[in-house]
Amino acid sequence: MARLPGILLLGMNHKTAALEVREKLSLNAEEVDILLLALKQTGVLSEVLVLSTCNRVEILLAAENTQKAREVVVRELSVRKGVSSEFFLPSFYAHEGMAAVRHLFRVSASLDSMVVGEPQILGQVKQAYQRATAVGASGPILNRMLHRAFQVAKRIRTETGIGDHAVSISYAAIELARKIFGSLEGRRAMLLGAGEMAELAVEHLLRHKISGILVANRTFDRGLALARRFGGEAIRFEDAFTSLGDVDIVISSTGAPDYVIRRQDIKPLMRKRQNRSLFFIDIAVPRDVDPAINTLDNAYVYDIDDLQGVVDDNLEERRQEAGRAEGIVEEAVLRFTEWVEGLALVPTIKALREKVGGILEEELRRTLGSGGLGQGESPEALERMVDAMVTKVLHDPIRLLKSGGMHGNRDRYLGWMRLLFALDTPASEPPVPLRRPVEDGEEKQKGRWCGGL
Amino acid sequence: MSIALSLYILSTLGYLVFLLFKREVWQRAGFFLLCAGFVSHGILLGKNWVEAGHLPLFDLAGNLSFCAFIFAGVFIALRHRYHVKILGIFVASVTAGLSLTSWLLPSVPATPDPAYVSLWVVVHVAASFGGNAAFTLAFAVGLLYLLLERRIKEKRKDILFRRLPSLELLDATGHACVIVGFSLMTLGMATGILYARAVWGSFWSWDPKEVWSLVVWLVYAALLHGRLSSEWRGRKAARMAVLGFLLVLFTFLGVNFLFMGHHGDFTRIGH
Repeated sequence: MARLPGILLLGMNHKTAALEVREKLSLNAEEVDILLLALKQTGVLSEVLVLSTCNRVEILLAAENTQKAREVVVRELSVRKGVSSEFFLPSFYAHEGMAAVRHLFRVSASLDSMVVGEPQILGQVKQAYQRATAVGASGPILNRMLHRAFQVAKRIRTETGIGDHAVSISYAAIELARKIFGSLEGRRAMLLGAGEMAELAVEHLLRHKISGILVANRTFDRGLALARRFGGEAIRFEDAFTSLGDVDIVISSTGAPDYVIRRQDIKPLMRKRQNRSLFFIDIAVPRDVDPAINTLDNAYVYDIDDLQGVVDDNLEERRQEAGRAEGIVEEAVLRFTEWVEGLALVPTIKALREKVGGILEEELRRTLGSGGLGQGESPEALERMVDAMVTKVLHDPIRLLKSGGMHGNRDRYLGWMRLLFALDTPASEPPVPLRRPVEDGEEKQKGRWCGGL
Repeated sequence: MSIALSLYILSTLGYLVFLLFKREVWQRAGFFLLCAGFVSHGILLGKNWVEAGHLPLFDLAGNLSFCAFIFAGVFIALRHRYHVKILGIFVASVTAGLSLTSWLLPSVPATPDPAYVSLWVVVHVAASFGGNAAFTLAFAVGLLYLLLERRIKEKRKDILFRRLPSLELLDATGHACVIVGFSLMTLGMATGILYARAVWGSFWSWDPKEVWSLVVWLVYAALLHGRLSSEWRGRKAARMAVLGFLLVLFTFLGVNFLFMGHHGDFTRIGH
């Protein structure tokens, strides 16, 4: 009976490693499979999982000898990626046992992400887990651990506001629009000038079922192309003013050196549009929209700095929510550790009983000789006697192990018990044959393994 | 009374927890408790009516209690269509506050003037109180509108910003409240005028309550007109609703205590 393997997590992330280290070491789906198989083949680790995203490379493993496992991982990684271990080791961290569990839970729940609360990481962890199970590198401990990690992540997402509130400029603008207009359904927007961020904002708007988009660009053809893409309508830049009365949201990003929309132009317009709210999103630098428009009733102006301010506030809010999330993680880590300890308990008790029972039977056979059963004694009665003796002899030690009175020192007691009874004679189990990796499903992940925000 | 009062207080607590922790469950609990309080309050009023032959409307305690009842009722009716969750905290606490005050005030053993024991009076009082309740909601919503509008303009995100719904919803809710309030108040005044004719022989007697009610009525008529002629939307409408409410408050309580008149009898405290 092999001793319970230790859990080890080795890796680096955006906090510990510079981009040049991360890009050298990051693995695509194929490389992950090869590494998993190679590590498994060494026979040093019993279970392993490799997580590689643009912000982190982490190897989670279960092994009897974690020190040896660590050396193997570092060696394999440096061979596979063709870099010396001195290059990446300084940025590596190693978490063992409870710390490894905690780290995995925090990563899955997006508490360790560059943008706290970003939702992609959970999917990436799930993919990493699928790869590990596909090549047969996962086992009972990692299975349990990963499923717990998914549960914890889900719970944190629903019970804390960690994923609430926009953390990108374009989405923050849309959130503000919803704060003003409620539903965006049936609203109309105008795009003044075109830029990447403006297009991003329009995509968000469309997702919120905005009903019409007008595009006014200095070069009409470009505006026309954009309008086609979004199913909108292109107008000439000079006509933009006459249409301002019909839209609710204006996204401005022209390259004009001075204000394009001024307060004195909007003031009469507000009366014409019956004082319905008008929201200006000015993402141009230098600004397009006169900030004084913000002082008009029912007109709102947000420039790029304001939106950045909103994003910063939201990030701060997420950080506060992350504090609550840490509590949930801690609770789950404790529960998982208890499970692992229990896992160690069962085989130890079984091994103890087998050892003592074996000795008794052996001695019984020697004393009675072969076929030396006394008169009227059935072999079943003797078996029952052996059983009863084993139970009685081991009653107190087992009760001690099972009791919760060891204040987290159960591991140590178990260790002593195994030492005293010499339960850990070198295992002679043959290595489990590896399954062939599953070939499909790789292509679709190749291009998108590193999701942006 | 103490059952309804406790339910109102519990409802307030539920809404308060919702405000702090933003768990939907608490908001629902708050609303459910408010409804429960409203129903038990209604049963109690019905019982009183059957036993005494009239509603307890002839002292301040009875009036405040009835007022709380109507206020909760108007909110419950409007919430279905205009769901401003955060408004619940305001309604629940005002309802609880009115009920508590009514519970603490000494009750005057009522031997009402027989002229006032009539279904007309009940309709008159209920409609007038309903109008006031709707105006009060319009005030609260208007205040929330102004608070949120200011936060959006000043680019300030705090707990209020996060908890409030959109300006659009607040504006629409405020408008609906004013319409409901104005209709009920019109009904209240009409029944009052007609009943005055039946009892005293004249439609209008320039009683201070009557005069001030007319002022309130005109202010809200102006507000509605402004809205329909599409000038007074959003910020301006919200401000008007807030100012209008100050007049309502004065007319409801101030007039009775400051001036004499035939409504004074209804707000007696003790003997």
